[in-house]
Amino acid sequence: MSLKAATDIELTLELYRRMLVIRGVEDRIQALFLKGEVFGTTHLYSGQEAVAVGFASALEEGDRVACTYRGHGHMLALGLQPQALIAELLGRSTGVNGGRAGSMNMVDLDHGHVGCYGIVGGSIAAATGVALALRGSGKIAVAYFGDGTTNQAYFFECLNFAKVFELPLLFVCENNGYGEYTPMAAVTAGEIVARAQAMEIPTLIVDGMDVQATRAAALEVAATIRAGAGPVFVEARTYRFVGHSRSDPGRYRPEGELDTWRARDPLALAAAWLREQGEERRVSETEAAVEAELTAAESAALGAPFPEPREFSEFKA
Amino acid sequence: MSKQVEFRVALREALDEALAEDESVVVFGEDVAEAGGVFAVTTGLFAKYGSARIFDTPISELAMTGAAFGAAISGMRPVLEIMFGDFLALSMDSLINQASKFWFLTGERQSVPLTIRSVVGAGGRFGAIHSQMPISWLTGIPGLKIVAPSTPAAAKVLLRAAIADPNPVIVFEHKRLYTKKGALDTPAPAGIGQATIAREGSDITLVSAMKGVDDSLQAAEALAAEGISAEVIDLQTIRPLDKETILASLAKTNRITVVEEGPRTGGWAGEVLAVAVEEGLDQIDDASRIATADTPIPYSPPLEDDFLPGPARIAAHVLARASRSL
Repeated sequence: MSLKAATDIELTLELYRRMLVIRGVEDRIQALFLKGEVFGTTHLYSGQEAVAVGFASALEEGDRVACTYRGHGHMLALGLQPQALIAELLGRSTGVNGGRAGSMNMVDLDHGHVGCYGIVGGSIAAATGVALALRGSGKIAVAYFGDGTTNQAYFFECLNFAKVFELPLLFVCENNGYGEYTPMAAVTAGEIVARAQAMEIPTLIVDGMDVQATRAAALEVAATIRAGAGPVFVEARTYRFVGHSRSDPGRYRPEGELDTWRARDPLALAAAWLREQGEERRVSETEAAVEAELTAAESAALGAPFPEPREFSEFKA
Repeated sequence: MSKQVEFRVALREALDEALAEDESVVVFGEDVAEAGGVFAVTTGLFAKYGSARIFDTPISELAMTGAAFGAAISGMRPVLEIMFGDFLALSMDSLINQASKFWFLTGERQSVPLTIRSVVGAGGRFGAIHSQMPISWLTGIPGLKIVAPSTPAAAKVLLRAAIADPNPVIVFEHKRLYTKKGALDTPAPAGIGQATIAREGSDITLVSAMKGVDDSLQAAEALAAEGISAEVIDLQTIRPLDKETILASLAKTNRITVVEEGPRTGGWAGEVLAVAVEEGLDQIDDASRIATADTPIPYSPPLEDDFLPGPARIAAHVLARASRSL
């Protein structure tokens, strides 16, 4: 649906639907992983949905996005069909990259997505170059990354590079409080936004659990960047409801912390707001529709064939 | 006689032509624009094309290389200069984990027309960390092409080919070749992946690249005085190797010595010998390599000169092998 003309209710319902898709896909991937259907490792996005959905909703045709190895949510928010994502993780030929990429390395050019990057900070580097190519076009590049990335050299170098050349680049730092298993505060000097402010990059802190807030922030900063004002830095305060990766139960979290954040589950917040508007029925209908869609997508992905091994050409082009 | 052009000028001409022909070509790096590059390769291009096409970057190899990759997947054809090859250590993530993988990961749909030029090689008294030959850091990276020209003509052809190539190419420029002069209409490879025969011979094949080709040619001259006819193959491209040219020469001479400026262990000379052994074993009477020692590069002139495989060492090596195995 077009979001521009939507009422607040229609809009929030659509954003809620997109978050339901992400949560539903991640829950299925976790189950498939435990059954041995998903290989290697996964980094799930559950809890952070309002960031990917809110920011993606402010993007336009021609904008481009780079994200991290925790990228399922960003790709779905940009419009990737759940079946293509699930099939990729199942290693099937119908996956978005035909089974070549897997969870950490997917690319979806059709939806403006220029890659998940498995090295912390890689998304910032790629988006910086994309922004270089987009300069003057009215289009923007978006770099998603976590709080852990703010200690990588890529972070400092690319913020400086983007500011020096006034690139149309939106930095979105998803601060979920932990770099893998280690609390952010234990390994990070000072405040995150202060690092961007030192380079005179405008900054904004947004509630990453509130999809209406992330969308509003995204619209505001994207417009600024499109107008040629150079890069903008947003810190979205959020939380992952799952461990860092497949085998991590998250025991390093203080008791009660997860519950505190779960009380602000972005899906629950959006649903509660919609119910306050008297949209109980449509909330339920949306949930049922997403459930049915994802069940069909999972089934189709599981039914798809594995790719045939063949010789890859190293240099063909 | 054709006009003699310096190696660095041949490179400049390649950049100039590429900038003129294709709007998507951009050149950037440290001090490449207004200053014209520390080795004066890009001199004059900024005045001609302006800052939208050629610009100076911060000293920031991670950002530069990442930016070159991202731009290359977004419609630009960036030509990045990494001032010294030793600095490529900082570029490795974008080069190895991004630029070399994207074509594969996208199902051969999105190419990465990225060229990186970088200055390499010893003999300039720059010491252990401005003199290295980082080729062997990169020969094990599928998706990456590596060219290493030895003449002005080859430098121009191969830099043009690198910029035109749809996927990442590294162009290594030996610092002791920049002032070498040659005519641009002399024989040069037709493109990436093609070796040339720098000197024909019948008794032994010397395989080398870059500065090593000149050293091998001098050695061949000395060997001729000893009655040994050496053929000199100029690889021009290190990855992918021109196996056919190597094997055809081996079939003629039955003896091969590979001359590599670079650490012996893990170097490309071993890869050339592997090709000879795997695909030309029945043609081999002798096979060996000359490379630099497995130590960092020393600074002091007598130490650095001794470190490098010059013409005298190459000739002595061949003579010693010949007397042993003929």
